[in-house]
Amino acid sequence: MTGTRDIPLPTADACAPVPVSARSEVAGTGASGGRTAPLLHVDNLTKHFPLKGGLLNRTQALVQAVDGVSFNVLTGETLGIVGESGCGKSTTARLMMHLIRPDGGTIAFDGRKVGAIEHGLSHRDLHRQMQMVFQDSYSSLNPRLPVVMSIAFGPFVHGLGRSAALKRAMELLQAVGLDPLLFANRYPHELSGGQRQRVNIARALALSPRIVILDEAVSALDKSVEAQVLNLLVDLKAQLDLTYVFISHDLNVVRYISDRVMVMYLGKVVEIGPVDRLYRDPRHPYTRALLSAMPSMNPRRRTVEAPLSGDPPNPIRPPSGCRFRTRCPFAEQVCEAVAPLLLAPPGDALRAVACHMSVPKSGHSRAVAAVSA
Amino acid sequence: MQIQAPSRSVVSVENLHVRFAMRDATVSAVNGVSFELEAGKVLGILGESGSGKSVTLRALMRMLPPARTRVEGRIRIAGHEITAMDEDALRKVRGAKVAMIFQEPMTALDPVFTVGVQIAETIVRHEGISYAAAWRRALELLEMVQIPSAARRLKAYPHEMSGGMRQRAMIALALSCRPSVLLADEPTTALDVTVQIQIILLLRQLQQDLGMAVVFVTHDVGVAVEVADRIGVMYAGRLVELGSTEEVIERPAHPYTAALLTSTVLGSAFGRRLDTIPGMPPDLRALPEGCSFAPRCQFCQDACRVSMPPEHAMAPGHTTRCLRIAAREIELAGPTLSARNTYVGGGDRP
Repeated sequence: MTGTRDIPLPTADACAPVPVSARSEVAGTGASGGRTAPLLHVDNLTKHFPLKGGLLNRTQALVQAVDGVSFNVLTGETLGIVGESGCGKSTTARLMMHLIRPDGGTIAFDGRKVGAIEHGLSHRDLHRQMQMVFQDSYSSLNPRLPVVMSIAFGPFVHGLGRSAALKRAMELLQAVGLDPLLFANRYPHELSGGQRQRVNIARALALSPRIVILDEAVSALDKSVEAQVLNLLVDLKAQLDLTYVFISHDLNVVRYISDRVMVMYLGKVVEIGPVDRLYRDPRHPYTRALLSAMPSMNPRRRTVEAPLSGDPPNPIRPPSGCRFRTRCPFAEQVCEAVAPLLLAPPGDALRAVACHMSVPKSGHSRAVAAVSA
Repeated sequence: MQIQAPSRSVVSVENLHVRFAMRDATVSAVNGVSFELEAGKVLGILGESGSGKSVTLRALMRMLPPARTRVEGRIRIAGHEITAMDEDALRKVRGAKVAMIFQEPMTALDPVFTVGVQIAETIVRHEGISYAAAWRRALELLEMVQIPSAARRLKAYPHEMSGGMRQRAMIALALSCRPSVLLADEPTTALDVTVQIQIILLLRQLQQDLGMAVVFVTHDVGVAVEVADRIGVMYAGRLVELGSTEEVIERPAHPYTAALLTSTVLGSAFGRRLDTIPGMPPDLRALPEGCSFAPRCQFCQDACRVSMPPEHAMAPGHTTRCLRIAAREIELAGPTLSARNTYVGGGDRP
């Protein structure tokens, strides 16, 4: 696999980082003190989808799919994003890729703002550095092209010669565990789901990106195949020095593959932190509920009580203040009035939680005590 | 035909075969499935896609397209010989004695009628009571499945409800005629985890309150563990293992079950390479002679490729189809699922 990275890449310190706004510090990750430089810096990302209808097809309401989301992705890490359907995790991924245009907020890759005029990064360059694998392995491949052509297409468009692009596609097929002699000329419908997802991974790697966004990439696969693809992803990451953003609703898979995990609820980040600490000691009531809603896997200790009742509310009219308060067992008046900021809880700089209970003197009766310096 | 089934079993399936005739091949989806289910018990059928679990379930209600399907074997549900019935008789059994819930309530419910109308119509059709009485029953049913403001929801169309609510409405519809057997085809797969656990707990409670027998098909080991008294593991259209949930999870007897359990990703596996099952499930158009798992099995020997292993009893009520296990030639050691799973988070799990 060495030598497949044939497109030279700038090193992390080749580009001077632009000053990041003060907001990034509240994400808890910027505050960790230069352990690793953020490869991707997402600041206050917002997307409100208009719901049109009625007379003259006017905008009737806004779906607040992603609302002021800020986080960093560090070089070489795997950032897991979890949340229930409609929490905005896939929209966040699409916004990061600029597949849809954000209503607000900025994305900086390696210190260069995407789309900025001065010292910015064009969308074309962004797509060279950042690629995505989708959940539906069939609909993300062209059914009329042999898979090798689908993989070669990206390098070809980005200026590699036809034969060089095909050669690279063959190498990539080998790298994802598909024998090029057997599989190169097959069409997507001739492959199984797991094989197609391997092709999609090969295609995502074709431009030698530094970040790969995996949006529910293993969710549609059977368990035994899922394990094979996860092993492949772990191998590729080590071989190619990749950074992953791994989006999934499967909390076990996210725990397995991630270094840090971000939990989203109704378009907001509610908690972000190192995987072990977040799973062992979740701070936000939603994270806690999400983790204890997982099936127990132990027939002698079955779940006896659901941690939450009802469904998540509609993102068209999210609750005021904290968006989780309508399902939160600890909700108080302050939760209704004030939206909690994503802040590092006392004594845990690597973590950030958006809950009044984690902020000393927030006005919540269960607010934690401040840690004395 | 005079085999006396154990008196308490409400579902009895003997040697069920389902084949689909395609233009150029015959797909053998179910190849000799037999099981018994007692009243008030839950059988979880666990399998990956293409293992024949959903086809088995649909065959129990004869819901497969008759023109292309060949069903063999014997199915008895609540005293009815399902395989021998005509369409009219079948219609009386469906809904009244056996009901089914599906993965996608949006496609299973009729989008142009309100939930109340759909439930009341079913009750009137099967029990012949007045519409007003049926409507009152529909209200009770929605309350029973814990839908908030049930009276208002009776007049709601399926698209006006959230996913979890629709699933509850479909359960209410399925239970409207007090069936003795409920067939559940991955009813929680499309739901979020926090809603999934609510539906699982609801089904478990209703099943116990109403004393129903439930056949619950799922691909998710965790869900099967939460709902099932007994688990049947399907592979290539056969039940390769059948036993109590504790037995199957803690002492898996078949190499496929063991491999399925260890390849299920659990949080505690961090940093470790995942165990995988090499290869792919067999082509159902041309099943291998002998054990269908043999091509992927690490314990496979020549004898495994000759004929399908017969059922072998490991313990009372725990059977498996594996020659080498039956001959006590191999031991499936290694950590079991419960042992590997250290509970994460919260700390408030009982």
